[in-house]
Amino acid sequence: MANMRRSGVIAALAASAALVLAACSGGGNQPATNAATSDGGSGEPVTVTWWHNSTAEPGLSFWQGIADEFMALNSNVTVQIEAIQNEDLQRTRIPVALQSGEAPDLFQQWGGGEMVAQVNDGYLKDITDAVASDVERMGGSAAPWQVDGKTYGLPYQFGPEGIWYRPSLFEAAGIDGVPTTISELNTAVQRLKDASIEPIALGAADSWPAAHWWYNFALQSCPTDVLQAANSALDFSNECFVTAGEKLQEFIDTEPFNSGFAATSAQQGATSSAGLVANGNAAMELMGQWNVAVMTGLVDDPAALLADLSWFPFPAVDGAKGDPTAMLGGGDGFSCYVDAPKECVDLLKYITSDDVLTRFASEVGGIPAAPAAQSGITDPNLQVLADYMGTSNYLQLWLDTSYGPTVGGAMNDAIIQLFAGTAAPADIPAAMQAAAGQ
Amino acid sequence: MMASREASGGSTDIVGGAQAPPTMSRPASAVTTPRRTPRRWREIAVFVGPALVVFSAFVIVPVVLAGYVSFFTWDGGGDLGSFVGLDNYIKVLQDTVFIGAMKNNAFVVVMSLLLQGPVALAIALLMNRKLRFRAGFRAMIFVPYVLSEVVAGAMWRLIFDQRGILNSLMVQWGIFDTPQDAIGWLSSTTLAMWTVVFVLTWKYMGLAIILFLAGLQGVPEDLVEAAQIDGASWWQVQRRITIPLLGPTIRVWMFLSIIGSIQLFDMARLLTNNGAPFDTTFTMAMFVIDRAVTNRQYGYATAAAVVLFVISMAAALVFMRFVMRRDNETVGKGAV
Repeated sequence: MANMRRSGVIAALAASAALVLAACSGGGNQPATNAATSDGGSGEPVTVTWWHNSTAEPGLSFWQGIADEFMALNSNVTVQIEAIQNEDLQRTRIPVALQSGEAPDLFQQWGGGEMVAQVNDGYLKDITDAVASDVERMGGSAAPWQVDGKTYGLPYQFGPEGIWYRPSLFEAAGIDGVPTTISELNTAVQRLKDASIEPIALGAADSWPAAHWWYNFALQSCPTDVLQAANSALDFSNECFVTAGEKLQEFIDTEPFNSGFAATSAQQGATSSAGLVANGNAAMELMGQWNVAVMTGLVDDPAALLADLSWFPFPAVDGAKGDPTAMLGGGDGFSCYVDAPKECVDLLKYITSDDVLTRFASEVGGIPAAPAAQSGITDPNLQVLADYMGTSNYLQLWLDTSYGPTVGGAMNDAIIQLFAGTAAPADIPAAMQAAAGQ
Repeated sequence: MMASREASGGSTDIVGGAQAPPTMSRPASAVTTPRRTPRRWREIAVFVGPALVVFSAFVIVPVVLAGYVSFFTWDGGGDLGSFVGLDNYIKVLQDTVFIGAMKNNAFVVVMSLLLQGPVALAIALLMNRKLRFRAGFRAMIFVPYVLSEVVAGAMWRLIFDQRGILNSLMVQWGIFDTPQDAIGWLSSTTLAMWTVVFVLTWKYMGLAIILFLAGLQGVPEDLVEAAQIDGASWWQVQRRITIPLLGPTIRVWMFLSIIGSIQLFDMARLLTNNGAPFDTTFTMAMFVIDRAVTNRQYGYATAAAVVLFVISMAAALVFMRFVMRRDNETVGKGAV
């Protein structure tokens, strides 16, 4: 019976376009042949396949260089890399590969609820003992890659979210200093409008950038223990989840976003929300630490942009009950497939070593997951982010990642409806609770 | 969804069938009287067998399995989850987002027929006369149809974006002060759906015109000449002779247009960034992909896909049964 069910699932998947896509792009080719390297190596020849999301430079070459180093150190190992666009990788390639049993050995892992589902389906290798020292070395940032005290992956970067802004536009609008409370932010928005500058860019067409505004209001409105309980028990009954929507509603009513934000995408091209800020058409954007990399990719002169780009944490919400230092964040890591050779874990340990992560911070950019590697940060903005992260009392993983795709999707849809004016603040936790019950 | 796409693919046969002049098949019918000899069965097996195997494996079986999966809470991984009977169907038919998507598809169906049909017919009638550069005009009109959906969607997005080409031009011409004051072609909840309809019209007008032009070739020249000798004006000839004789072609085009509009996905997805603003341009096919791939509600999304399939199928059957009945009878007679 179990077998029949299983085959049913696989055949049903054939009906979905996902598999067609995966087949077309030629996933999971694993030529078993690899010339036994000259010196004989330290064991049987073995191939480790590795899927990551760094399809652009400098990340692409950096990871290849790390793979080459690892192969030089372990002559019996061949590392085969496939770099795949982030959304394709997360939503199509990895789920299909895991489902088919032809999964890559080492693959991108975002942690949170999605990883919990993979653990429950038995797809991930338990690496708790092998990486115990690494988890200790990383501190809190490894937590999203753990389930019930067991470790199923390690992050290489982890960073918080905040508001990116252009100091020159703030100056043009006569704004002194950065807003530390929502009412100060409202004043800044009004000054920018008076100066005919679009205040805040928002890529609401992609849903999640709009949803992140609600996440931050929820983070400010909810006490830490409520948030922690929500992470594990998916309990959204606390009144603070309604308060978050009410605070967001008040903020939306001040019309702080760029005109046409409802159809603006987050990262694609000069008219995306990141592009608007990068090109000086809008003053602010709420976004994660990757925004430096996204924005510099959208302008001709990255150096000029970096000289006029700064960052401040999400302003405190007046009268809110949450921890004002709480920060929302997320990161990128890798997991080993359950049937992967032990060399996969060795490679993962090598990738997340202090030495490699220090070079990652200086050569690729981003905030390394290991505190000891933060000396490699060269970008002054990222240094500010890292410092703020160090002072935060509570770091919450992106709510949609944390709650998993089903609850996360329902939550993001409901938040978008709040923006559209077709849902009330109380509808958001209601939709989340309904999705959690499925 | 794949199966329904197959159904619309199958309907291209009808185009051929409807267009073949019925007179042609008469001599043929005299020759082929059906004789069910073993040799004939072997022939059928050889010719139909492979196609039947492929069709079963990639259409019939997946459709049946999709129906099966839609009764479960499957999240896309591991086992199918728990059996929930018709729960997914009840929920999807009450889901305001899905109902909104259905309304959007219905709007596209109606607008495609109302806008593309009359205009395409007028252009086809005009272009059926002897014109200079006629071949050139025809090629130009067909270009949008040949263009890939993805390219067309991305291109029009660049034009209609808030800071796109069109609004920038209007700022240059002094109509607006800044792009942010200009028109939200794709971001206004009232305007965005009309922008989608405009792009669809631009894209599929060429197909309608080419189909109509092909149909016009089947209108006998002598009928037109006889009418002209009797003193009929050009307009009278079109109204009384050409357009009625074009009936089968128009009905086939309507059929293709309806099915295509119900399944609208790729170009609209790129143009509107997946149904923005606020799902006002969301289509049923987008709903299926979004709920399955993004939210990992494969069971739920499959139920929506089955609903989409049933709607396409019902539209196709009703249209065939009531509107195209006469056309099909002619085809049927020819084959016997």
